[in-house]
Amino acid sequence: MNRIDVNKTYKLFIGGAFPRSESGRVYEIKGADKKFIANPALASRKDLRDAVVAAKSAQPGWANATAFNRGQILYRMAEMLEGRSEQFINEITILEGVAKKAAQLQVSQAVDCLVWYSGWCDKLTSISGSQNQVSGPFYNFTTPESLGVVAVFAEAKPSLLATVRALAPVLAGGNSAILIASENFPLPAISLGEVIATSDLPGGVVNILTGKASELIPWVGSHMEIDGIDLTGVSKKQEEELRLAGVDNLKRIFRFSNTDHPERILSFMEQKTIWHPIGI
Amino acid sequence: MSDFEYASAPESRAIANIESNYGLFIGGKFVQPKKGKSFNTINPATEEVLSKIGYADKSDIDAAVKSARSAYLKVWSKMPAKERGKYLFRIARIMQERAREFAVVETLDNGKPIRESRDTDIPLAAAHFFYHAGWADKLEFAGFGSKPKSLGVVGQVIPWNFPLLMLAWKIAPALAAGNTVVLKPAETTPLTALLFAEVCQQAGLPEGVVNIVTGDGVTGAALVNHPDINKIAFTGSTEVGKSIARAISGSKKTATLELGGKAANIVFDDAAIDEAVEGIVNGIFFNQGHVCCAGSRLILQENVAEEVLDKLKKRMSLIRVGDPMDKNTDLGAINSKEQLNKINEISNAGDKEGANRWSPELKLPSKGFWFPPTIFTGVTQSHRIAREEIFGPVLSVLTFRTPAEAIEKANNTMYGLSAGVWSDKGSKVLWAAKQLKAGVIWSNTFNKFDPASPFGGYKESGWGREGGRHGLSGYLTAEAKVNK
Amino acid sequence: MIIDGSEKSLRKFLDELSPVDQVGAEARAAMLATRSIKTSSKAWAIDMAISMVDLTTLEGADTPGKIKTLCAKAVRPDPTDSTVPSVGAICVYNDMVRIARSELDSIGGNSLPVAAVATAFPSGRASLAVKKIDTQDALDAGASEIDMVIDRGAFLSGRLMEVFEEIRMIKELCGDKAHLKVILETGELVTYDNVRKASYLAMLAGADFIKTSTGKVAPAATAPVVLVMLEAVRDYFALTGTKIGVKPAGGIRTTKDAIKQLVLVKETAGDQWLTPDLFRIGASALLNDLLMQRMKLRSGHYASANYVTVD
Repeated sequence: MNRIDVNKTYKLFIGGAFPRSESGRVYEIKGADKKFIANPALASRKDLRDAVVAAKSAQPGWANATAFNRGQILYRMAEMLEGRSEQFINEITILEGVAKKAAQLQVSQAVDCLVWYSGWCDKLTSISGSQNQVSGPFYNFTTPESLGVVAVFAEAKPSLLATVRALAPVLAGGNSAILIASENFPLPAISLGEVIATSDLPGGVVNILTGKASELIPWVGSHMEIDGIDLTGVSKKQEEELRLAGVDNLKRIFRFSNTDHPERILSFMEQKTIWHPIGI
Repeated sequence: MSDFEYASAPESRAIANIESNYGLFIGGKFVQPKKGKSFNTINPATEEVLSKIGYADKSDIDAAVKSARSAYLKVWSKMPAKERGKYLFRIARIMQERAREFAVVETLDNGKPIRESRDTDIPLAAAHFFYHAGWADKLEFAGFGSKPKSLGVVGQVIPWNFPLLMLAWKIAPALAAGNTVVLKPAETTPLTALLFAEVCQQAGLPEGVVNIVTGDGVTGAALVNHPDINKIAFTGSTEVGKSIARAISGSKKTATLELGGKAANIVFDDAAIDEAVEGIVNGIFFNQGHVCCAGSRLILQENVAEEVLDKLKKRMSLIRVGDPMDKNTDLGAINSKEQLNKINEISNAGDKEGANRWSPELKLPSKGFWFPPTIFTGVTQSHRIAREEIFGPVLSVLTFRTPAEAIEKANNTMYGLSAGVWSDKGSKVLWAAKQLKAGVIWSNTFNKFDPASPFGGYKESGWGREGGRHGLSGYLTAEAKVNK
Repeated sequence: MIIDGSEKSLRKFLDELSPVDQVGAEARAAMLATRSIKTSSKAWAIDMAISMVDLTTLEGADTPGKIKTLCAKAVRPDPTDSTVPSVGAICVYNDMVRIARSELDSIGGNSLPVAAVATAFPSGRASLAVKKIDTQDALDAGASEIDMVIDRGAFLSGRLMEVFEEIRMIKELCGDKAHLKVILETGELVTYDNVRKASYLAMLAGADFIKTSTGKVAPAATAPVVLVMLEAVRDYFALTGTKIGVKPAGGIRTTKDAIKQLVLVKETAGDQWLTPDLFRIGASALLNDLLMQRMKLRSGHYASANYVTVD
């Protein structure tokens, strides 16, 4: 008799814990072969509300950690993801229907992406800060600072890589994140919660919601405690909706091209300029 | 009433597996020197022999450079930058894992207190690799052009005062920028470099990318003069630095030099006095004063001189001198007999020239090389103890009345590595920082190092910077300069 | 005289105190926390710490029963081991002093002082008249130590003379019947500069001890705060020849914490302060951890909470 697998339950990831949706709802995910895989949670606006509370509360601690420490944690995430390669390769092949080799490549690229951004944490100000030569006896310098809470809608595919590519720069800049996984290809995103939970990342710095982007978009767009949005994964129409709703607190909103670049970090950072007189 | 004498709290030696002898690390393996020569390395706190070390002569240097060149051409310069970076991350992680072992070996070989190796040297060394690992695949963003190129093979000679940390300051940026290296550790402190070679093996670093050649000054000269080296990185005395600069003046080799210092530590009357006293102590007694950027001249505002000196002396009486392996030791052994002789010679000159020497009453161990924490008051700029680098736990104290006078005295030296400023007034701190001719200015702190912070000197304290974005330029081909 | 009793001279003196650099002070405290205290020095430190504990209960729910068991614990911390010293004092609310004193006297703890918190502890928000009656009550009931709180509102709004006068008046009531500890509530003062100023203000006004906290506000007795207060008593002694005591209270829960405090004392104010006459630790849970560590040193293996009494 073949051994019966113990199938995973896919829950939300909020504040470092794995709760079900407060609405009790789930939805069905089928693989590329149309077979049933799982019933991930269908997040509600209240789950989003809870995620924002967690993200907001965790953000100052994350921003105040040393850049070295943030880099260490992102590198640790890379180590943890590498260790779980098989798990993610399976999820990607079943979900996306791609060959194992392609899934392997995707996972190794995701690991390398985390390593890349981990190395940026303590170098950002070297490339984007400056001491400015103003006219007058003043020491004047500009330094980037974290923005706050950033919502991320990553592209649906490649399901793991696009998610990591969007999430890592947000974290490198000292922000906390609310990741809204793609509706049809959510599993690698929600499994990323397991990687995060074992990487010493403080609870609440990353929160992951699965469900219908269309249901959550009006709430993400209008939430006054969300400071920025990466909407690379949404449609043009949804983008307009988010941008309109985001005007009320002038959210910083961007769609990115398929690339790794320090600009993705700096887009979710503020620039502070400080003057100080020089004299006895 | 008090019997609160700290009982001996020794760190265990068991973790350190020091071999009875070591070969040279060339081409990824430990090999015997071709002529079979060796020398001993000792523990300066006890004078016991720790290990027999291979002595590299010209033929060994030749082999090492060949190996480095081959690794550069065939492997390292062809490897995608992000993979290079991942080797450096591995090295950093293994150093973190073996941190305690490194700390114990460093203390045994160098004589510095275990607390300092454990809490400062080793963590900083690992952090240096971690930091530079992240630059390897980001050089196009570093402000050196869109396709910065490495130099090739780099010859590196490091001193004995922070053996592993100086190794990290040299090797990490060199490798991150795509170069391969031949590094010569100091004669009296080869062990952590050899342990580092093991880490390279554990990290799977391609053979020949890092080569460690142990030996003495003659070994170092052979490396510097080797025709197939593209660049030299040297940390050590100004005297030797100048001889290197002379040696390469007719060649295409470039050099970065991190040389001596005689840093001024200026304390204004509006300083946070208790913290300033800590800063003075840290500035000159940290690492037994074997620090190029040590705050060896205290420049004290006259109206607080008595108060500060009184607190300083009381604070110095708390300095625990003794067994470097004791976790409570603050001041360890002087690294060698030669260095102890030098310290004694200049200090005696201080007495002869009329300065007033003071040390707390202490019992020094009978074996090993020791010098008590010492201050000289009544010092003027013309005294040898105010002009020459002592490289020991000896502080010369001068006074000033006005800010301008403080700056004048501080700058009155051929050195320009570092300086300290103590004042609670922000604008004065920035004003002083602006006036001081030194590459590193510490305000209301001292002896702070970070891989992200560029370090290096003005004037005869050297050429170039190490650490930070600026430090990368020494290992990349310059865009605008021409190599003669 | 350092000050002439006028507000002007008090302000001048306090303004001219050297500032404290936060980063530097915290670094010094952190460095002292790395001291490794082992074997014989650890044994000495544990017993000294026990003798310095002001065993405290300050709960709204305190009852005579609770006070009585506290007294028993204070006199004989370990009923199975008579080599364990008694604590330094017991510390209770004003209306529990009489019970505490009579209980201690009946079980052989006559030499153990009762310290009472007073002056509208912990907030200090009451009229001067009420604070004086509060203090007198405690003294009449047999308290030989008074732990008063300063008026933080007055301090933070710059009414320094008011704070000074209150302390002076409470000290006057104490006379030589009781020693006065002045609680600065450092968690509310926030900056080290304020801690330094308040320390000197309290000493000039007549404090016998300066104390960090009520234990009701966090942060309480952090290492850098205690460092700054020890520097103050050290320098005050150099200035006046008078030795004032220091009492950290709140947040000191483990033997490690207590030993770190003793290291701070030794390497800041000096060995002379390593006595319950000049250093006390306000704590409750700490005592049992000290006992467990003492057991471990004697037996060589880790102890269990089952072997120390809960009260």
